Amino acid sequence: MLTLERVQLRQGDFALDADFTLPAGARAAVIGPSGAGKSTLLLAIAGLVPLTSGRILWQGRDLAPLEPGDRPLSILFQDQNLFPHLTVAQNVALGLGPRPDPGPAGQARVAAVLARVGLGGFGPRRPGTLSGGEQGRVALARTLLRARPLLLLDEPFAALGPALKAEMLELLAGLLDETGATLMMVTHDPADARAIAGQAILVAEGRAAAPVDVPAFFADPPAALRRYLG
Amino acid sequence: MIRSAGPLAALVVAGLVLGPLAALALAAQGRWALAPGDLAAIRFTLLQAAVSAALSCALAVPLARALARRRFRGRRLLVTLLGAPFLLPALVAVAGLLAVFGRSGLFSRLLAVAGLPFPGIYGQGGVILAHVFLNLPLVTRLLLQGWAEIPAERFRLAASLGLPAGTVNRLLETPMLRERLPGAFAAVFLICLTSFAVALTLGGGPRATTVELAIFQAIRFEGDLGRAALLGLVQVALTLPAALLARAVAAAAGFGAGLDRPLPPRPEAARPLLRLQDGLAIGSGAAFLVVPVAAVAVAGTPALAALPASVWAAALRSAGVAALAGMVALALALAWAAASGRGGLLRMTGYLPLAASPLVMGTGLFLIVLPLADPARLALPAAALVAAVLALPFGLRAVLPARDRAEADFGRLADSLGLAGGTRFRLVILPRIRRGLGLTAGLAAAFAAGDLGVVALFSDPGRPTLALELQRLMGAYRIEAAAGAALVLLALALGAFALFDRWGRRADA
Repeated sequence: MLTLERVQLRQGDFALDADFTLPAGARAAVIGPSGAGKSTLLLAIAGLVPLTSGRILWQGRDLAPLEPGDRPLSILFQDQNLFPHLTVAQNVALGLGPRPDPGPAGQARVAAVLARVGLGGFGPRRPGTLSGGEQGRVALARTLLRARPLLLLDEPFAALGPALKAEMLELLAGLLDETGATLMMVTHDPADARAIAGQAILVAEGRAAAPVDVPAFFADPPAALRRYLG
Repeated sequence: MIRSAGPLAALVVAGLVLGPLAALALAAQGRWALAPGDLAAIRFTLLQAAVSAALSCALAVPLARALARRRFRGRRLLVTLLGAPFLLPALVAVAGLLAVFGRSGLFSRLLAVAGLPFPGIYGQGGVILAHVFLNLPLVTRLLLQGWAEIPAERFRLAASLGLPAGTVNRLLETPMLRERLPGAFAAVFLICLTSFAVALTLGGGPRATTVELAIFQAIRFEGDLGRAALLGLVQVALTLPAALLARAVAAAAGFGAGLDRPLPPRPEAARPLLRLQDGLAIGSGAAFLVVPVAAVAVAGTPALAALPASVWAAALRSAGVAALAGMVALALALAWAAASGRGGLLRMTGYLPLAASPLVMGTGLFLIVLPLADPARLALPAAALVAAVLALPFGLRAVLPARDRAEADFGRLADSLGLAGGTRFRLVILPRIRRGLGLTAGLAAAFAAGDLGVVALFSDPGRPTLALELQRLMGAYRIEAAAGAALVLLALALGAFALFDRWGRRADA
């Protein structure tokens, strides 16, 4: 269970408050207007943006003393999820530990997860030679090796076309079924939320609201969401 | 008319850089043999430049790394100060180093307390020490820029994966260093090949004479113009390849912004051992760079009241040279900006002076002037001219991109309004390049104030500049007066730079 306890984020003019819990295994879409703080919320949970006050806990344990890499989570950003000068296999291997070139056992695990995301044989290539969708798959493959219980996605598929995005969401759903990980995914698109998420978290007007079941969320949208959806 | 100013100025600069080479070749009169002492000078020149460059690079890496991943009070000031040695007259640096590392300096007294012998500052060690002092900041800024150009997203990704410091180093920092260090090394190597004032004051003798010092001695003491000319050509042969490698030199001046960005997430650097390492690097680096200059200020201030009148007269002369150099550099940079074509040849000519050694340029001018007039009477204008030409490449790095941006942003608007010629230049281009012009003029003024080579060569014993007077006082071991004169020279060089630079920043609309 992920708990945000009276969390306050302040950066100059920017302000966001959050106070809610998300059950383990839930899949939540984080939705709301641009600039409202969806990404900042994820970065704060990942430990990449400092909290002004409040606490974030996973299974009752405060995350504050943990460095970003030691937290029980993986995060994928909007872009720049791969080191451009490392090969695909080296990038994925960083999910096992700090060495881009692990031993034979590690290599085998890297090859296995690459095959799982449909990129068997892509190991020696550089990210620059891959399409956007393929780069997203590489990053997902790395989260499989990290095997953390919480997955934070900051619109990593936003730049993909509709068909490709649907394919990625399907892959993601399959992976979540296998790992049982908890998901928080930022999206602009209500259709994404319906496709993959059981719950929705509205981030608007300085507040991240508690998660609501998706059907109820769209059946009776909050006022702020109605203004956003237009 | 405004368009022909560029090619004309290019001819002047090319003439000043290349003309002296022709004069040298003529004066060498086919005597292409070197004396044994000259071979030793070549060896020492290359050796001290290589060691100075290697040490500057090796010490700059931990300092730049620490500055890149820490934020602390005074960091901005320290980064700004790292830009100052570029303007600092070498003689002032030497005076400061003597105050700290000289026989009766702070450091030597500490050594004595610890019961260690005093190694002495004159000779090879002193030359290298001074060169590291002058160039460590330059390399540090160059590397700091490299760190700032590593996208913050990469550090964020590394942090999200929990990569330890060693891996971040190998993945992100080492590739940047591998790319930047060769250029930085070549830049420092080049600067140390052509630094005359340090060799004159701290070097000398059969074991620590540089080629430039040998040229100077051949002219001043032996009147052997042929040998001076030959050595001048040797010096050019040494600097030219280094200059081709050191395209980073002009960038190294690094007056641009970008060193003050918010810190990307660096959780891997939070380990106490790394904090200690960075603290040591910043502390000792700052002390090494600040204490000698502070020593000049401390020793010089009480001496100001009792300075001989000759020092003030010399200061006045130096101020005149600085003003003239600033004006000439301003005119040159204006001419380059006005040449609206993107002609590669013209641009390249602007960067030509990077390959020139001021002393060689001065020697050539001396040979050209000698049959026509008394060199002593032309010492001051010659120093101003050489300083202006030397400052040009650094200034153009700021002026030309600003000019191109102004053209790209407002060229079509100007066309649509029918603006052309001088009006267009005045309304569209000039306001945008004013900052760069101020910088160019300021650099030239600071260079001119600190110049020792050209003035010493043309030397009018009756009418010395402040730098020459300071060198005399130091040579005569008049320590107090020298400290006072060094302080005045420091204020003069920095003040002249600030005055022109301020003019450029005014009306920054």
